[in-house]
Amino acid sequence: MKIAILLLLAATSAFAAEEKPFTPPAEREIPNNEFGNVIRLGKSIFTDTQHYAKQHVGNGLNCVNCHLDSGRKENSSPLWGAYVRYPAYRAKTKQVNTFEERVQGCFMYSLNGTAPALGSAEMTALVSYAYWMSTGVPVNTTPKGAGYPKLKKAALTPDFSRGKEVYAANCQICHQSNGEGKKVDGKFAFPPLWGNESFNWGAGMHRIDNAAAFIKANMPLSKGDSLSDQEAWDVALFVMSHDRPKDPRAKGGIAATKKELHDENCRYGDTVDGKVLGE
Amino acid sequence: MKILFLMLGLMPVLAHAADSAKMVKPDIAVCENCHGKDGAGNGDFPRLAGMGAPYLVKQLQDFRSGKRVNQIMQPIAKSMSESDFMKITEYFSGLPVPALQESTADAALLSQGESLAVNGDWAHGIPACFQCHGARGQGIAPEFPAIVGQSAGYISNQIASWKSGTRTNDPVGLMKSVSDKLSDDQIKAVSAYLTKGGVK
Repeated sequence: MKIAILLLLAATSAFAAEEKPFTPPAEREIPNNEFGNVIRLGKSIFTDTQHYAKQHVGNGLNCVNCHLDSGRKENSSPLWGAYVRYPAYRAKTKQVNTFEERVQGCFMYSLNGTAPALGSAEMTALVSYAYWMSTGVPVNTTPKGAGYPKLKKAALTPDFSRGKEVYAANCQICHQSNGEGKKVDGKFAFPPLWGNESFNWGAGMHRIDNAAAFIKANMPLSKGDSLSDQEAWDVALFVMSHDRPKDPRAKGGIAATKKELHDENCRYGDTVDGKVLGE
Repeated sequence: MKILFLMLGLMPVLAHAADSAKMVKPDIAVCENCHGKDGAGNGDFPRLAGMGAPYLVKQLQDFRSGKRVNQIMQPIAKSMSESDFMKITEYFSGLPVPALQESTADAALLSQGESLAVNGDWAHGIPACFQCHGARGQGIAPEFPAIVGQSAGYISNQIASWKSGTRTNDPVGLMKSVSDKLSDDQIKAVSAYLTKGGVK
């Protein structure tokens, strides 16, 4: 009996240990050789995309705006959580995509730019950085802390006015009342959430469920998990009810594109303040 | 001895505040008594020179209303008018940021402090100081003040105050949140770094 309890305790503690999110290797562990140089370039592109991959970026964002702590932070779509989950079938593209193709998607939608070619210096550097950071994570698994933790459905239907209040109290100080972020010395110190300099209608973040999950776990910066689930849903709805650069995949009109590409939890094609979002 | 010296330095200010209940003229010299010549800061008294005027005004308003607690500053702020606030803060914010001094702290401590200021410590939920206070800690007006070129004593006192709850006038409770997570060693390191930080 006693042994059984001990075994149970051991099993419980092993389980608890497994539940801790992965800790990626420290930056000082990047090797000092040719490979290390490429990894470091990858990190530079990731944290200052505006400078190191400027020809591929069409807005004011950097990779690190959505993937906090240089892509290391759990529950903020860390690179180590993404790298090991590709290749994978994606409903968005209706085909199996490699990790490189997934990164290309970030550039086309989240960065509203153009995809670095497979084998280009930028792509090789980003993939090397992600590969190095994933040292020790088993491939074809979903490690704890990958992606953004899904939020349960809100108790109340997410609401624009409530979201606006949450925004004013918690977000506006950095992202500004017009949602367009704040520049210092010509660079965004606080990233734009909507408007021309933000991600486009093809980016995953425009989906309210995705944004609510990111916000709940990570915002306000340093105060992740401080908003209630309801507040996260409300403010996500509010933010994603503003216009942003158009969906580069759109071929026909808004109605056709909404049906074809935006049958999801988003405001694309809805009319807000007399304007159709996505036009 | 140092405390005695500081107290003597304060006496004219306190007397000034006490014996003219009605009004203290916005006398720059009164501020300079503690904050140093040209507002450059003095010991644990923060520098005012080159700080954003809206931030300084808010602090004075908070001292006056009691939202920010400080035995020296509250009576002074209470004796002043809003237009005094404007004049004083305009003056100090227009002064050049004093040249940063080389720190005498040891290299390992400074390097730990630099890492916190530039990268944060996300394993403990701490973002980089410079993420909100500007890429060189120069501040992002109006809410986020400059943090470089302040004395280590001032910085560590403020962090301690947020941590203990004696300072509560930070927007969105951001500094409370960060201060709660900083260890004593980290506070020491980041304060040492910010004193001289941004030299580069």
